[in-house]
Amino acid sequence: MANLPEFNDIADKNIFQSIMQDKFARIAFYILVFLYISVFLASFISPYSKEYSNRNKAYAPPSKIYIINEKGRLCAPYTYNYIRSFDKETYDTKYTEDRAHKYKVKYFAKGGKYKLFGIIPCQRHFYDVEKGGELYLLGTDINGRDNFSRLLYGGQISLTIGFLALLVSFPLGMIYGGISGYFGGKTDFIMMRIAEAIMSIPSFYLLIILAAILPANMTSVQRFALIVVILALIGWAGFSRVVRGMVLSIKKREFVTASEAMGASAFRTIVFHILPQTLSYVIVAMTLSVPSYILSESGLSFLGLGIQQPDASWGNMLKEAQEFANIISRPWLLTPGFLIFVAVLAFNVIGDTIRDAVDPNSRER
Amino acid sequence: MNLAGYIFKRILQTIPLLFMVSIISFFLIRLAPVDPLAELKLNPSITQETLNYEVQRLGLDKPVIVQYGLWLKSFVKGDLGYCTTGEKVSDKLLERIPNTLLLTGFVILFTWLVGIPLGIVAALNWRKPVDRILTILSSIGMAIPSFFFALLLLIFAVKTGWFPTGGITSYNYSEMTPLHKVLDVLHHLVLPVVVLFTISLSGLQRQMRGNLLDVLEADYVKFARAKGLSENKVIYKHALRNAVNPMVTLLGFEFASLLSGAALTEYVFQFPGLGRLILEAVMKSDINLVMASLMIGTVMLVLGNLLADILLKIVDPRVEVA
Repeated sequence: MANLPEFNDIADKNIFQSIMQDKFARIAFYILVFLYISVFLASFISPYSKEYSNRNKAYAPPSKIYIINEKGRLCAPYTYNYIRSFDKETYDTKYTEDRAHKYKVKYFAKGGKYKLFGIIPCQRHFYDVEKGGELYLLGTDINGRDNFSRLLYGGQISLTIGFLALLVSFPLGMIYGGISGYFGGKTDFIMMRIAEAIMSIPSFYLLIILAAILPANMTSVQRFALIVVILALIGWAGFSRVVRGMVLSIKKREFVTASEAMGASAFRTIVFHILPQTLSYVIVAMTLSVPSYILSESGLSFLGLGIQQPDASWGNMLKEAQEFANIISRPWLLTPGFLIFVAVLAFNVIGDTIRDAVDPNSRER
Repeated sequence: MNLAGYIFKRILQTIPLLFMVSIISFFLIRLAPVDPLAELKLNPSITQETLNYEVQRLGLDKPVIVQYGLWLKSFVKGDLGYCTTGEKVSDKLLERIPNTLLLTGFVILFTWLVGIPLGIVAALNWRKPVDRILTILSSIGMAIPSFFFALLLLIFAVKTGWFPTGGITSYNYSEMTPLHKVLDVLHHLVLPVVVLFTISLSGLQRQMRGNLLDVLEADYVKFARAKGLSENKVIYKHALRNAVNPMVTLLGFEFASLLSGAALTEYVFQFPGLGRLILEAVMKSDINLVMASLMIGTVMLVLGNLLADILLKIVDPRVEVA
């Protein structure tokens, strides 16, 4: 891998520096770092576990936190529990604060047990309330699950699934394009016609059909893995065409002839000598395609074809907001949409900056 | 090469393409562990005759290759079989396709009317505040998930009552006068068009800006300036004409991405288009309908690209078939 240093050069110095020099890209970068750290530490930050559900508190509004007590004095933050009441005439469920009991908000308090990063057993949560109290920062969903905690857990899936899909689709596209370009002739012709055929199918139609043929009885891990593969199957074709174009010109260079003359197999020549030359393009293309994967996953889950309950993802959390009654009276259910928006926007801004840095001729910005 | 010859060659190219797509989608759907007639059998209003007809038409008792051949034959003939509801698939498609074309047509029209001028404005004010603001706005437009934006507009529609919240016609559509019918459909189209317009505007605006910036650097523009032409003449007579050409190719891409992007928007707004049809078909595992709408979607996409290419050939006769 003689070309690795060159690729490191681009990846480390130019790209990172140019992100930091651009005002918007820098802000976008910090936002992403913040988002990723938050979802990474989800089990520590959130007071409730992913499975927690309080059946008596479906669609409870966000808990209000008070820092000024009845006497008008500043005090330690506290909150009230909600009482659910049912109006027999309008069939409305109403939540009112139970002013009888105050519950103090506690920081770094001991709460439910969990494993930090999946290994370190831990009990401390960033915030919690006194025993008997309930603190739903962003309200609850239909099953009485804490929306804020689920947002963090959902982010773990929504923000990583795109990267995982990239790890499948890009190697696939590189090898496909590499073989097609290297062998040329009939192989190239047939492989490229197949790629074109795949590109001609409206991608979202293909996506939902692939998701729909998944068998229903799968564990959530299997389902997650297969959704990753499906996302990867969309978009590799267009990418492989570009790689093929690059390979066509690279294969005429001396080091390829040298490798062939030394008796290296075609596979070895393609993987170790030709494809590394395309890496700088690949890195840029990968960064630029992260947001589209995030959007695809959320769209798929929104339709109920992606990540399934009880697992959380930002898309399937928004599924509940599909009914009018829900979005009008329970606006907190829309929060996952804002997070998708912020994450995609940040990735786009960074992507634009990287494109500029790598290709100074492009004046997209 | 003359125009007719070009068109003929391009059409010839699309035939093997469609053929290949049909193979891919056929085997993809056959991968599904679903009995293609399961839903049909469960529907009590479907007669045994229809079922037998479907078994015959699909050749379900024969090997897969033969099944594919039979399917292709009846597809070319225009016989697409029956939905699980008992309707003819072709009737259902004919009902939905015009709606989707109407929606995408309006979106493309508006994105071009707004996107091209905005792209020009941004390019002419390169790196000035106007350009900066437009770039930020277009970043925002690109980042909004379509279904989320549609949901927000739905809230707006419900709260204000200014717009209908779903469908394409009102309940009393059949009693309306022709003029009112048109207005009613337009009224229903506003929100879906706004969503798709916002999403696709950004890409178009950026592309136009990039093209014009590239062209402004070209030698012939420098020459035109050196000749002492007024700046307006340089831009509108020399630069702009060349910058718009690549946009025509983009028309095909735009149509393709709209076809895909519209599905979620149609779903949220309960808009009776092709995208929602395929979604419903997928959810109900209505194999006939899925297969047919997938193929029709592809045909529309390929035709869209074909039209864009022909248009480009008319605008720019230098183009040759690849």
